[in-house]
Amino acid sequence: MADVLALDGLSITHIGRRRSARILDDVSFSIGEGEAFGLVGESGCGKSTVALAAMRYLPAGMKVSSGTLRVEGRDTATMSDNELRRLRGSRLAMVYQDPMSSLNPVMPVGRQLIEVPMLHGERDPTRARERAIAMLREVRLADPEAMMSRYPHQLSGGQQQRVVIAMALMADPKLLVMDEPTTGLDVTIEAAILELVRELRRKFGTAILFISHNLGTVARLCDRIGVLYAGRLVETGPIRDVFKAPRHPYTQGLLAALPSLAAHGARARLTPIEGGLTAADRGRVGCAFAPRCRHAEPALCATRPIPLGPVPAGDGAHMARCARLDVAGLPDQARQRSQTARAPVPGGELIDIRGLTKRYDIGGGLTGRKVTHVNALTDASISVRAGETLAIVGESGSGKSTLAKVVSGLFPASEGHVRIAGADVAQVPVGDRSRDLRRRIQMVFQNPDATLNPSHTIGYALERPLKRLRGLPTRAARTEAARLLERVRLPADLLARKPHQLSGGQRQRVAIARAIAGNPDLVIADEPVSALDVSVQAAIVNLLGELLETSELGLLLISHDLALVRHMADWVAVMYLGRIVEQGPAAQVFTPPFHPYTEALLAAAPRPDPEAPPPAVLLDGAMPSPTVKLAGCPFASRCPRKLGAVCETTPPPVRASGAHTIACHIAPDVLAATPAA
Amino acid sequence: MNEISRDIAATAAAPFAGTQDAAAAPSLARKLAEVLTASRVGTIGAAILLAWCLLALLAPWIAPYPPNGIDASLMAYPWPTWRNWLGVDHLGRDILSRLIWGARTVLTVAPAAVIGAAVLGTLLGLLSGYRGGWIDALIMRVGDVLLAFPKIILYLIIIARFGPSAANIIAVITFTQAPIIARIVRAVTLDVKNRDYVAAARMRGESTLSILLREILPNVRGPLIVDFFLRLGYTVIAIGVLGFLGVGLPPPDPDWGSMVKEAYGMIFVWPHMTIIPAAAISSLVIGFNFLAQGLREAEIDG
Repeated sequence: MADVLALDGLSITHIGRRRSARILDDVSFSIGEGEAFGLVGESGCGKSTVALAAMRYLPAGMKVSSGTLRVEGRDTATMSDNELRRLRGSRLAMVYQDPMSSLNPVMPVGRQLIEVPMLHGERDPTRARERAIAMLREVRLADPEAMMSRYPHQLSGGQQQRVVIAMALMADPKLLVMDEPTTGLDVTIEAAILELVRELRRKFGTAILFISHNLGTVARLCDRIGVLYAGRLVETGPIRDVFKAPRHPYTQGLLAALPSLAAHGARARLTPIEGGLTAADRGRVGCAFAPRCRHAEPALCATRPIPLGPVPAGDGAHMARCARLDVAGLPDQARQRSQTARAPVPGGELIDIRGLTKRYDIGGGLTGRKVTHVNALTDASISVRAGETLAIVGESGSGKSTLAKVVSGLFPASEGHVRIAGADVAQVPVGDRSRDLRRRIQMVFQNPDATLNPSHTIGYALERPLKRLRGLPTRAARTEAARLLERVRLPADLLARKPHQLSGGQRQRVAIARAIAGNPDLVIADEPVSALDVSVQAAIVNLLGELLETSELGLLLISHDLALVRHMADWVAVMYLGRIVEQGPAAQVFTPPFHPYTEALLAAAPRPDPEAPPPAVLLDGAMPSPTVKLAGCPFASRCPRKLGAVCETTPPPVRASGAHTIACHIAPDVLAATPAA
Repeated sequence: MNEISRDIAATAAAPFAGTQDAAAAPSLARKLAEVLTASRVGTIGAAILLAWCLLALLAPWIAPYPPNGIDASLMAYPWPTWRNWLGVDHLGRDILSRLIWGARTVLTVAPAAVIGAAVLGTLLGLLSGYRGGWIDALIMRVGDVLLAFPKIILYLIIIARFGPSAANIIAVITFTQAPIIARIVRAVTLDVKNRDYVAAARMRGESTLSILLREILPNVRGPLIVDFFLRLGYTVIAIGVLGFLGVGLPPPDPDWGSMVKEAYGMIFVWPHMTIIPAAAISSLVIGFNFLAQGLREAEIDG
């Protein structure tokens, strides 16, 4: 039986106006029937190009320069357009990252689903409709009949992605290509979708090409894995072998760079991969990873093409593309995390937040009449002490970014107090705050593409806050800017560059330098690494850790990534629907008793470990609309441990054990009986 | 799809990211040369414009005759000759000289008008987009009212009221084009004002004016420059039309639109008197459009 998909030495070149670039270089792998193959790599490694090549859907300017791609034994290069169309419809199906762009916004989802069998030979519309409803049931959507007449915008992101998966499966494909299918989704939704895909795979026997940057999701789903770097497959093999004993230095680096949920990982230094991503390049002969590799040996690595070969002491299925497999395979000190733990220095209270509430009014049309309001943040109370890291965890819509923006003064609060240096600034927008108060709170933003003004040099970005916040004259600001760059481990010659000449990681370092320019008391970091690649993430996390160690700086870390929070935080607050449902010292929040929501979050967090058991708790449904005022517990509608009516009618009591508080109706001793996730 | 473009972008950007010692920002002249040679269309456009600018600049030295010098004796044979390369018009004036001097007029009036419109439109657009609320509503609705008039009628009404002169043509084009530019600037401002770097500027206490001019305005530049050259093209046409309708620059000074108008009654007798100035207008418009297109392509290439 032929493999469902087989790539043999596939190379793809992008021919640009000025230069050509090799996007993929000699990529070979195959996917057998019913098998799930995970393809991982960082941005720009060419993994999406593999997906498009598999569908034979390459955009203009991209060309297969050598190699073949076979679907069920047939070379797609020899197929006519008609044959290809039939192939795409019936043998291959694709699920993209953004479900909203895969669905037609002006058509009910039912009609879009029915179209699939109608295009592939079904004559009877009623039968097609029945199949569509059955498929919606298969993807675990409640009330599939009603779902058929909904429009995509009426569904949540998770529901949309389920519809897209249903649509892909309608044609009963042999191979499902999934390109980052869960990347835009929250962890709990992601866990549920992954579980669904696992289940559907068992049931329909569909082979899957699963493309992701997230090792955790691949570990949960796939049988085999391929690691792509700069357009080349550097390592491939059965998932257990690769995760347990990665042989290519890049794979090892990726795994070592991840923060871990395990307690012993807290505050230790991560092991970043040095250097920036290497571009796929036509001219390169040797190993693309060599410039960043600890084991690189110019004579061996840069002079000749390195083939993908079986690793020593393997069964032949596990292969790596490395000239130094003899040394690279061995565990060494770098893989063991250095345990230079930072002792928390609880200093004086920096900032005290009491009963903070933020409502946005939603106006109606021309008359400007207030129609309704969104409760983005309700009654949040928390404090940060000097030298401490407070992490706010929650999914999108939990209000964590609103909290950051209210504290920073970008939005004024509706109610409540934010006390800093003896002043209550909750209702004072940042423009009206005194220079000293502004200096005390600074922010690091999420998106490295938007954090620096593309029109200004790095020097300008650093000198402005030095002048505005510390009143330095131009010359002093210039020397100080160079010193700031040094503090974030960047060379001073970057001062003359524009942001587009920097990598994402470098930009984020500059953003950190800008935030600490005014010697703030508190830095608010809103998802500071979530837009960065894994290998770069670790270095930024280490940098933040270093800065915290060497100063009295307090950090308010906003993140959805539990492992990162576990790694960095002293104090953790878990938010849901604008409310803090649990808070306390990190060690206590990450051990039972858990709030049921925290428990679900922990269960859903992807772990880069194929041996990890499937999540014990999966959340259904979506977060309720924040425009509705809820009488009871905000989590009641999705809580797997809901007690009954009491949860919906009465606000949950906030029970404390020491510094650790949980807002839940369930008795603390019952919660304490939960096993650690 | 955007994943793909990111793959490509990463491949293209990586040489920068990796090497720390790459050359610093290239000099302005080199950058300009790079932009102008990015596409063939842009290079052609720039060449046409450069040629006209040189002719206009050197008019007193290279124009073979005084532009308003009437020589009735030439009327006997007004066609192009070795003496008068492009022939003479119905009053016996040398067409080439009038074209060269006319280039001066159009190349000062059109840029002045468009610069006026760009400055006014940019200020209104920045204010409108950044402030929002009733200021935004007011500026945009007034602009809508102006845009609702057919432009040519607006020109005629205003110039009929205030009289034809270079200053009035500049003023009328400024006021009628500003709302369109304001819209473009407002759209970019709405996007840029929510970027994190604007939040960072607010966090360090920059004034609104400083945020508008230092943080937002430089990012409006890209779309605005392309639009600027396209708009110059339209304005050259508009000035030509005004001249043709008889409300252009007052005679006898040469104005391309007026030249077409004065001669078009004789188009079947002496077609060159109409066609040559019309072709001059077209070439200038094409030059501006090509340059705009070239800039756009250079922008896409990065």
